Amino acid sequence: MNFWWFLLLSIIKIAVVLVILLTAVAYTVLLERKVVGRIQNRWGPSRVGPFGLLQPLADGLKLFLKEDLLPTAVYKPLYILAPVIALACALTSIAVVPFGADIKFKGVDLFQIANVNIGLLVILAVTSVGVYGIALSGWSSNNKYSLLGALRSSAQLVSYELALGLSLVGVVLRAGSLNLRTIVDVQATHGALSWNIFGGFQIVAFFVYLTAAYAETNRTPFDLPEAESELTAGYHTEYSSMKFAMFFMSEYANMITVSCVATLLFLGGWSSPFGHLFPSFGPVIDAILPVFWFVAKVFFFLFVYIWVRGTLPRFRYDQLMGFGWKVLLPVAIANIVVTSLWLGFTRPL
Amino acid sequence: MHLVLFFIFGGFCVAGALNLLLQRHPINSALSLIVVMTSLAVLYLLLGAEFLAAVQVIVYSGAIMVLFTFVIMLLNAQREERTHGSRAAYILGFPGAAALFALLTFIFISNGKSLGFAVLGPDMVSTSQLSSVLFRDLLLPFEVTSVLILIAILGAVALARHHEPHKDESKTQGKER
Repeated sequence: MNFWWFLLLSIIKIAVVLVILLTAVAYTVLLERKVVGRIQNRWGPSRVGPFGLLQPLADGLKLFLKEDLLPTAVYKPLYILAPVIALACALTSIAVVPFGADIKFKGVDLFQIANVNIGLLVILAVTSVGVYGIALSGWSSNNKYSLLGALRSSAQLVSYELALGLSLVGVVLRAGSLNLRTIVDVQATHGALSWNIFGGFQIVAFFVYLTAAYAETNRTPFDLPEAESELTAGYHTEYSSMKFAMFFMSEYANMITVSCVATLLFLGGWSSPFGHLFPSFGPVIDAILPVFWFVAKVFFFLFVYIWVRGTLPRFRYDQLMGFGWKVLLPVAIANIVVTSLWLGFTRPL
Repeated sequence: MHLVLFFIFGGFCVAGALNLLLQRHPINSALSLIVVMTSLAVLYLLLGAEFLAAVQVIVYSGAIMVLFTFVIMLLNAQREERTHGSRAAYILGFPGAAALFALLTFIFISNGKSLGFAVLGPDMVSTSQLSSVLFRDLLLPFEVTSVLILIAILGAVALARHHEPHKDESKTQGKER
């Protein structure tokens, strides 16, 4: 593997993935506004461009041109650092996600920025550092609503991270690896039948993961940190212009990452639901088709995110904590015990 | 490459530790500690311990330090007030620390070979190798440590529990009925 080829291709990959991710973030916002609009029996954005398709562009332009307010009472270094941490962590974790089959060009993986042995742990680590963005923004704003939002958010994230991490153990046990490619390869043998959610009997873990992930990304029904009716806007009350936009982008980028992880761990990643039923279509289509499946599955998860938002009301705070500790955590632990017993009895050591 | 990264993150680590001591606001100190923890994770990674590095970030930078900042925010801790420090610290502390440092340096330099060493390099210890060491060769110490942690958790719960008099309990129960 030539070093310069590696460097060049890596930079191109990073640029392409970032552009696609940020575009996806913008259009997820539009999708959310459209779908929630339809759920609430109205049209959603429809004026800017055909079907409102240019709305994200207009929104971005508006946020970019707004005045960047800096309230007098804020603690300036952390107030500026907080949105940077949030966005940086949200964008970093996508680096280990494989988008398609293992195809090498000059020894460099084409559909993954970095193939790491402990990819799953890297995603967990980066998202766990992302909490500081929210926590510090709330504290440094010097505003009681922000502070309450930040406190809620850190308590919520610490509580649900346990259930989230434990729900993934079943999948890791089945694959015997923390490498995301290996985890997908294990599920790719018999199409949809061997996906972890069906053939791996990880459906309980799947729902625990999904619930905990909704809480991790501060989405309804767990959006207590920014509950409008109680906290104005929660942790980003004092933020305006691009700093606010950075929080907004990080929230949606986190949603996309969570959807990617759910796809990789439970729905077989880029593997086709039909397995090897169809013959090969030639090298180019064989390279692009997995990416199509991956994107379709991620889109499905994003749609579910929005669907849940349009359907469920917000939890009360004590309900949220009780649910996390008394329901999700025991269920996740029980899933680990059952999965290990099953694997221990069915597989020779 | 590895050596350069080692010096960069070692520098971060020392700078973070110094900043932790010098900052007067608790939240800045907590943030410096996060920098120290994360640079330590990178140092582990350079030594080939990838699992340890990830867990270091998840547990220390992610969970424990979030609790630190959480408590600081909850108590709304203000800037600490500087005192001149006790005289004992000046008379005994500085020479003591210097002597300890000199002693450790002497031991490390003179007995370096017998202490064993790790090499900076691209060789990674895989998670399965690590787990076979933990759960096969060192099973007993591992289990004993987990029992120790369990005892610590139980102790913390016992200390934090409210000891309410029995009368109040019966009263509230009566109300519920």
